[in-house]
Amino acid sequence: MLLAASEGGGFHAPGLEEFYPPAVLFAGTPFELNRIMIIRIIVSLLLVLLFVWLLRNPKLVPGRGQSIAEMVLDFIRKGIAYDMLGKKDGDRFFPLIAVIFLSVFALNITGIIPFLNISSNANIGMPLVMALVAYVVMIGAGIKAQGGGQYIKSQLFPAGVPKAMYILVTPIEAVSTFVARPLSLTLRLTFNMLVGHLLLVLCFAATQYFIVELGGAWAAFGALTFIGGFAFTLFEILVAILQAYIFALLTAAYIQLSVSQDH
Amino acid sequence: MTPISVLAAGETANPLLPATYDIIWSAVCFAIIFFAFWKLVLPKFRDILDERAQAIEGGIEKAERVQAEADEALAEYQKQLADGRAEAARLRAEAQEEGAQILAEMKQNANDEAERIIAQAKAQIEAERQAAMVSLRGEVGGIATDLASRIVGESLRDDQRAANVVDRFIADLEAQTPAAQPVKEY
Repeated sequence: MLLAASEGGGFHAPGLEEFYPPAVLFAGTPFELNRIMIIRIIVSLLLVLLFVWLLRNPKLVPGRGQSIAEMVLDFIRKGIAYDMLGKKDGDRFFPLIAVIFLSVFALNITGIIPFLNISSNANIGMPLVMALVAYVVMIGAGIKAQGGGQYIKSQLFPAGVPKAMYILVTPIEAVSTFVARPLSLTLRLTFNMLVGHLLLVLCFAATQYFIVELGGAWAAFGALTFIGGFAFTLFEILVAILQAYIFALLTAAYIQLSVSQDH
Repeated sequence: MTPISVLAAGETANPLLPATYDIIWSAVCFAIIFFAFWKLVLPKFRDILDERAQAIEGGIEKAERVQAEADEALAEYQKQLADGRAEAARLRAEAQEEGAQILAEMKQNANDEAERIIAQAKAQIEAERQAAMVSLRGEVGGIATDLASRIVGESLRDDQRAANVVDRFIADLEAQTPAAQPVKEY
């Protein structure tokens, strides 16, 4: 890398400008569309159309497409919603958890799809919106389940702690519950996607530089960076699924912590 | 590319600070996905799961009903079989009893008949013996009287005395004659 950079400055390491491509439409307005926003919109519509199409005419004995859709939704329902919240609350919050899981995954996976090659979750807006929705639902569910005062009390003054310890515990709980939760949801996803994209770009840009621009014996390095890029591509598939699972699971867990009386 | 967008791109290079358009398109996309899933996709998913659960439960219920019917039919059949067996056993027992009764009756009848015949024979023999004895007595008495009268003369013509003598004689005769005994005891 340093070596490459010192070789006449022909190699440009990718930077954050990757995530702010030039506007395509409505430049300068709040509805500015750039390449990443278009990817985001198209993927969102594709996700919706895919599931509407797969479940367009559900049968008792499902076909291949319906089976896949049911398998995915059933995994989210049983593996996340019911596991964390039990059957009753699990059914109540299943739509939100399913939408978060599928949105995060669909918007993540564009990071390794050829010609798209970037995840729109690397722009903090999407993770932030989802984290805020999860945050609002978490607080709303807590207030609905316990009443406002009791909810705040159960979150900030956990039972079974000596009264004097509240001086220490309450500020920590306040920060961890009402600040750290949405922030960690947002930042975890954003930076996973951001760093994943930078790693891939770095690997493939280096491959391009070694093989095409330098050529000759340098191509061996190019082969190495290409293998690295390929490995990171596979890794990014795992990350896309894992981050979707984590985001959905934590959303369910936060709701559960709000709803349960004995925090 | 307009100068404004270049400037905007330069200014929003901090990945922690979302651009306005970023937030707006995120919210729009999330809203679209959420409402589509909430109103279109997930209700269908829930309905088909419910329907399937119902179908499976219905199938189980039907299987249980058929099983119950089969059990009932088997029980009915076994009951009929048992009834038939009991009926057959009863008839056999009845027939045996009847047969035994008939046999006993027939034996009884035969015995009665035999006894009757024996009694009749005895009575007849007795009657004949009596008759024989009476006639014999009369004849023997007459003969003996005649004989004695001829031997001892007219004195025995007195009827009363003659009869006594004859009776005594006959009684002596009977006591001396063992041949007369078996007939009486028979």
